[in-house]
Amino acid sequence: MAKYLLLKHYRSDHAIAQDDMVPMDQWSPDDVTAHIAFMEQVADELRERGEFVDAQALAPEGTFVRYDGEGRPPVTDGPFAETKDLIAGWMVIDVDSQERAYEAAARLSSAPGKDGKPIHEWIEVRPFYGETPTVTE
Amino acid sequence: MGREVGDAPALEDLLRTLTPQVLGILVRRGGDFAAAEDAVQEALLEAWRHWPEDGTPAEPRGWLVKVAGRKLIDEVRSTTARERRELKVHLEPEPGPTEQDDDALLLLSRCCHPALTSASAIALTLRAVGGLTTAQIAEAFLVPEATMGQRISRAKKTVSGQSFDTPGEVGAVLRVLYLIFNEGFTGSVDLAEEAIRLTRQLAATSDDPEVAGLLALMLLHHARRRARRTASGGVVPLAEQDRSLWDTTMIAEAVDILQDALSRDRLGEYQAQAAIAALHDDAARAEETDWTQILEWYDELLRLAPSPLVALNRAVAVGEVDGPLAALRILDGLPADLPRRDAVAAWLHERAGDLAVAARLYAVAAGRATNTAERDHLTRQAARLNAAAAR
Repeated sequence: MAKYLLLKHYRSDHAIAQDDMVPMDQWSPDDVTAHIAFMEQVADELRERGEFVDAQALAPEGTFVRYDGEGRPPVTDGPFAETKDLIAGWMVIDVDSQERAYEAAARLSSAPGKDGKPIHEWIEVRPFYGETPTVTE
Repeated sequence: MGREVGDAPALEDLLRTLTPQVLGILVRRGGDFAAAEDAVQEALLEAWRHWPEDGTPAEPRGWLVKVAGRKLIDEVRSTTARERRELKVHLEPEPGPTEQDDDALLLLSRCCHPALTSASAIALTLRAVGGLTTAQIAEAFLVPEATMGQRISRAKKTVSGQSFDTPGEVGAVLRVLYLIFNEGFTGSVDLAEEAIRLTRQLAATSDDPEVAGLLALMLLHHARRRARRTASGGVVPLAEQDRSLWDTTMIAEAVDILQDALSRDRLGEYQAQAAIAALHDDAARAEETDWTQILEWYDELLRLAPSPLVALNRAVAVGEVDGPLAALRILDGLPADLPRRDAVAAWLHERAGDLAVAARLYAVAAGRATNTAERDHLTRQAARLNAAAAR
């Protein structure tokens, strides 16, 4: 088994995504409800398969922070409204293969959007570094 | 052989009721808080081991005090031996009635000590007074068990050095109980019900009308729990709730508690908040809500506990009584980063017929929501107005 991070973005700079992405508040309320229900359903499917690890959603506005020397308050900057590929949330799954991770990501990406049509949004799939195996030779 | 506790849930209930009492007695007798808490946990394990087979003792509390006291003495002796100190406290239980009433508040005020952060006070209260396991508390707050264990252990160390003879400020205790209530339901433990249980215990031993006020407030909100969410977890605003789902028995009990508290003529913020909740619960339909009285209580609340958040909630009542434009003028004077200010502004603009502004503000509010249920609800509000405008 291997763990993968499935990242969902608020908006993507990828051409395909940009064309299709209508902001959620421009959908009908029923479309919004259906989209949210679908996300829950995918999480439930992954739970039933014994592959679900974690899912979290992130607020759109964040701040950049850094150390500014001893005894000084942290430096903050942002929020940067124009940030590309802003992370909206993630799922962590534990699956048998990369192929299965892609399949799960594609399932997430098939979520219904405006007028119930799949939004085809890009899901970023990132493998976790695993543990060193017991048997190495 | 005493009375039977037939099943595990009944035994768990009994033990959780007794836990704070036993701990309170040990600490009152001079035990160190952290050591006493460990001793009580060990005594509870003994009870779990023996009571189901041997039967529950006739005096379960006395039994636990004795066993925990013995464990505490063992611990103090070994510590004392190590540190070559005299055994300063006599921990054997004394015969006769205990000072249980004061113990409840003493123990709670220790767990809600001002030296603790809210998160630490909540965790310690649930562990030491609520008798929940570290694993249950960790699950309720969605953090790893080791993290919660460390939070509780640091909290115990913080309060261990403090003297434990006079109860602290009741206000600090009520604030922590209120925060626990608001945490709601995330894991296997319903924190709202846990908060009600603890507040009930405190109310049974306190004549402070604010304790009763907080209990009434919790019950009045809890009575609406079945109507507050859709089957899929979506938010249902008060005005749109199916009021036949409200728990009328709970509301009636809360109103009795509140009226009794108000008759003591020492008004406080929790009684005022409960009065507002009671007026909402009293309306069979949303249109029958007595907003004029609600506004009067908000005026009272703003006087008792002035804050921008109370002013924001009061503005909603002003919107109902004097119209949305009057309410929007109040909002102008409130901080821009006040939570839910955009959502209230959106609602008021919608009431004023300014749908485009309302839709934009709902979208802004969705971006600033602090949980996904609220975010999704506000997104749907924006979508609803945008869809209406497109038609």
